[in-house]
Amino acid sequence: MWAYYLRRLLGAIPTLFAVMTVSFFMMRLAPGGPFDRERMLSPEIEANIRKAYDLDQPLIVQYGIYLAKALKGDLGPSFKYQDYTVVELIASGFPVSFRIGMTAIILALIVGGSLGILAALRQNSVADHLVMGIAMVGITIPNFVIAPLLTLVIGVYFRLLPVGGYGEGSLRNLILPTIALALPPVAYIARLTRASMIEVLRSNYIRTARAKGLPGRLVIGRHALRAAFLPVVSYLGPAIAGIITGSVVIEQIFGIPGIGRYFVQGALNRDYTLVMGVVIFYGSLIILLNLAVDLVYGLLDPKIRYDFRHD
Amino acid sequence: MTNFTLHRSAGLLAAVLMLGALVTTSAAAAEKVLRIANLGEPETLDPHKTSTTVEFNVLCNLFEGLVVQDPKGNVAPGVAQKWSTSADGLTYTFNLRADAKWSNGEAVTAGDFVFSLRRMQDPRINSQYAEVLYPIKNAQEVNTGKADLTELGVKALDARTLEITLKAPTPYFLQLLTHQTALPVNERAVTELGGEWLRPGKMVSNGAYMLEDVKPASHIRIVKNPNYWNAGKVAIDTVVFDPSEDRGTVLKRYRAGEFDIVYGDLPNDQLYWLRQNMRNELHIAPYAGVYYFSFNTTKRPFNDPRVRQALTMAVNREVLVEKITLAGELPAYGFVPDGTANYTSQKLPWANLGQGAREAAAVKLMSEAGYGPGKALKFQLAYNTSENHKKIAVALASMWKKLGVEVELVNSELKVHYANLRQGDFQLGRAGWIADYNDAQSFLFLSQTSTKQQNFARFSNPDYDRLMDQASITADPAARARLLEQAETILLKELPVLPLYFYVSKDLVSTKVKGWVDNSFNIHYVRDLSLAD
Repeated sequence: MWAYYLRRLLGAIPTLFAVMTVSFFMMRLAPGGPFDRERMLSPEIEANIRKAYDLDQPLIVQYGIYLAKALKGDLGPSFKYQDYTVVELIASGFPVSFRIGMTAIILALIVGGSLGILAALRQNSVADHLVMGIAMVGITIPNFVIAPLLTLVIGVYFRLLPVGGYGEGSLRNLILPTIALALPPVAYIARLTRASMIEVLRSNYIRTARAKGLPGRLVIGRHALRAAFLPVVSYLGPAIAGIITGSVVIEQIFGIPGIGRYFVQGALNRDYTLVMGVVIFYGSLIILLNLAVDLVYGLLDPKIRYDFRHD
Repeated sequence: MTNFTLHRSAGLLAAVLMLGALVTTSAAAAEKVLRIANLGEPETLDPHKTSTTVEFNVLCNLFEGLVVQDPKGNVAPGVAQKWSTSADGLTYTFNLRADAKWSNGEAVTAGDFVFSLRRMQDPRINSQYAEVLYPIKNAQEVNTGKADLTELGVKALDARTLEITLKAPTPYFLQLLTHQTALPVNERAVTELGGEWLRPGKMVSNGAYMLEDVKPASHIRIVKNPNYWNAGKVAIDTVVFDPSEDRGTVLKRYRAGEFDIVYGDLPNDQLYWLRQNMRNELHIAPYAGVYYFSFNTTKRPFNDPRVRQALTMAVNREVLVEKITLAGELPAYGFVPDGTANYTSQKLPWANLGQGAREAAAVKLMSEAGYGPGKALKFQLAYNTSENHKKIAVALASMWKKLGVEVELVNSELKVHYANLRQGDFQLGRAGWIADYNDAQSFLFLSQTSTKQQNFARFSNPDYDRLMDQASITADPAARARLLEQAETILLKELPVLPLYFYVSKDLVSTKVKGWVDNSFNIHYVRDLSLAD
C-alpha cells in the first residue's frame, strides 16, 4: 500500500513540472509587464531594473534560472511587494487562509452533513423541501452578495461584530468571514449527502441490515452513513484545497490577510515570481489532498483497496 | 484533521450561537490610536524605492527630510532649521538642527543626508523614482553609471551643514526635497542589515514615529518615537494603517467606527449618500492632477491637429463632471490646474464660447479635415478597465456622435493599457497625471520630446521643447513662469492631449480628528493631527 502512495507521489512530479512550465510561459507571454503603470520608468532606469531581475535574458534562460532557484526552495522576491520574498508572503498568508478555511470546512461538514441526512430521512417532507430550498439559495447566491449583506447588517447596523480586518486573529474578526466562506459548501454538502443517502438507503445491503433486525440508528450510523459520505469525500479533496488557499472575494471584502488575494493581484500586477509561487503551492496542495482523498476512500469503502498483493 | 482545529471549530460554533449576545466593547485606553485606511499595500517601506502616495502616507511619519510640509502643504523646516540659496540659484546650504536624532538616539548629521542622497542615485539600488532628484548636479550621470557616487552634488561642510549643488536653478527644488525619495535613511542600519533593515524592531528612523509591527495585507503599526526632536508636540501615540483596497468595505468599516481617516478614493456611487449623511466628515478638495486623453499624434487620423481640436471642442466638460464624475471635479480647459505655485494657468482659446458655438466650430474643422457626412471618422478609444473610465468613454462617444464620429471603445486591464500607451499602440488613450511637486513643470514636462515613453502622444514640437529647456535654466521665477505659460499655450493650440477635468481628493475624516487641513497634494503628517476624546 505504501508503495502505491510513493508511486503516486513520484507521479506528481512531472505534473507539477508541467504546471510550472506552462504557467511560466503563459505569464510571460501576457501583454504588459510588472513596470507598466501610469508613471512610466525612464528607459535607463527600467533597463537597469530589468537586468537586476534577469528580465533582460532570453525567456528560456530566465526559465532555467528560475527552475534552478525553485529547486532549492528559492522562489525569488516579489516584484510588487519588494520587501518580501514569495516564500515569506505565502508563509505569512497561508496560516490565515488555512485557519479560516479549515474552520469553514468543518462547519460546512457538520451543518451540511446533518441537514443532508435529515432531509434524506424525511424525504419529501416539509423539512426536506425547506433544507433543499435553502441549499439551492445558498448555492445560487454568490459570496460577494452574501458577504457585504452580512457586514452591512451585523457590522454596520447592529455593530455586533467588526465589519472587516483581521484584528490580529481575534475570534470576533473571523466569525463573519468564516460564515460567508462556509455557506456555499454547506449548501453543496447538504445536497450531496441527501442525494447519496437516499440512494444508499435503497440499496440491498441496507435492506439486509434492516431485515436481520438491526435497530434503525445502527443501520444509518454504521452502514448507510459511511457509504453516503463517499461522494462528499471526493468533493472535499478539491474543495479543501480551494477553501484553505483562501477566497479572493472573501479576503478582499473582509480585509483578511490570507493568500487568496495573491492569485488575482499577482496576475494583475504581473508579479511573475508571486504568480509562480502560488501556482506551485496550490498545485502541490491539490495533488496532496487528492491523494488524501484516496486514502480516506480506502478507509471508508472496503471495496477499494490499494494493496495489490494479488496482482 | 487535528483535535486542535476541531476545538477551534467547536469554539467557533459556540460563538456563532452567542452572536446575538455579543456586544461591541470599546477599549477605554488612554492611549491615542489613529486608525487610517490607506489606499493599498505599500510596495516597500524603503523610501528610496517607492514612488506612490500609498507609501508616502506611511513614510512621511517614519522619516523626516530636510524640509517637510505644513498642514496646508507649504514647505516648512524639517531636519534643516534654516537654509540659504546662492544668488545664481544653484547652491543650497542647509543648517541642520542640533537636536535631530535617529530612533536609536544617535544624532542625524549632514553625513546621513550625503549617504542617503547618494544611495538614492546608486544604480545598484534600482530606485524607480531616481528621476525626481535629477536636478541635483550629476544625479543623472551617477544614476546611469556614468559618474561615481562621490561626484553627486551633495557635500557635508560639517556635521550640521549640508550643501547641495544643482545642475540648473530649480525653483521647486525645496518642494522636491519633501518627496519621499529625499528622506534620509540610517547608514549603519542599511549597510549592516541589508533588506532586513525594513523590518520592525530593526528599522532606524528619524521621524515622529517608529515602525512597530507589519503584517503584509493586514496592517502597519507605527508608534511615537521618543527620540524625535519635537516629540513633545506629537499628540497621537500609535497609528495603524490598513491596506484594504475594497473601497465599499472601507466605507462600511468607517461607518462602523473602525477607521478615523479614509484616504483618497471613495466610491462615486456613494458620494450622494455621503453628502447627505456625513457632510462634516467628507473632505473634497482640489487635487494637483489632471484626467486627460492622449492622441497618438504620429498616426492618422490624429496627426491632423484639426481633428484633435474638433474632438476637444465637442466635449461638454460641465456635463461630464456634473453627471458622471460627481465629486465636484473642475472642468479642465488647460493642462495645469489653477492654484499651481508661481504660475497663471492657461486656457483653451475658445474656452469662453458656448457649447453650441464650439460644436459648430468642431463640425467645420472636421469637414476641413475631410470628415463629414459620407465619410465618418472612425477610431478606437482605449481605457483601462474601470467603471468610471467606462462611463466617461461612453459619454465622450455620444458627445462626438454630433460630429459624425464612430468610436469603438476598447478596455484592457491597467498593465496592458499602459504597455500599449508606452509602445504607441493606440489611437486615443486615457491617462491621468498627479503632479509630484507644486510646479507647472510637473505637468508640462509630459509633452516634451525628451520625456520619451511617458509622452504617450509622441508630441514633438521644437518651440515647446525650447521653451521648456529655457525655463529649466531660468532662475527668475517670473521670467520662468512666462516661459512655461508660453509652452502651455502651444500645448493648448496643438492639443496632443485632450484635458477633461482636474482631480479632487476625496477623504473621510472623523470629527474626532483635529488639525486636519485640506491641501492640494492631500498630504497630512500625523504629527500635525490630534484626537479628541
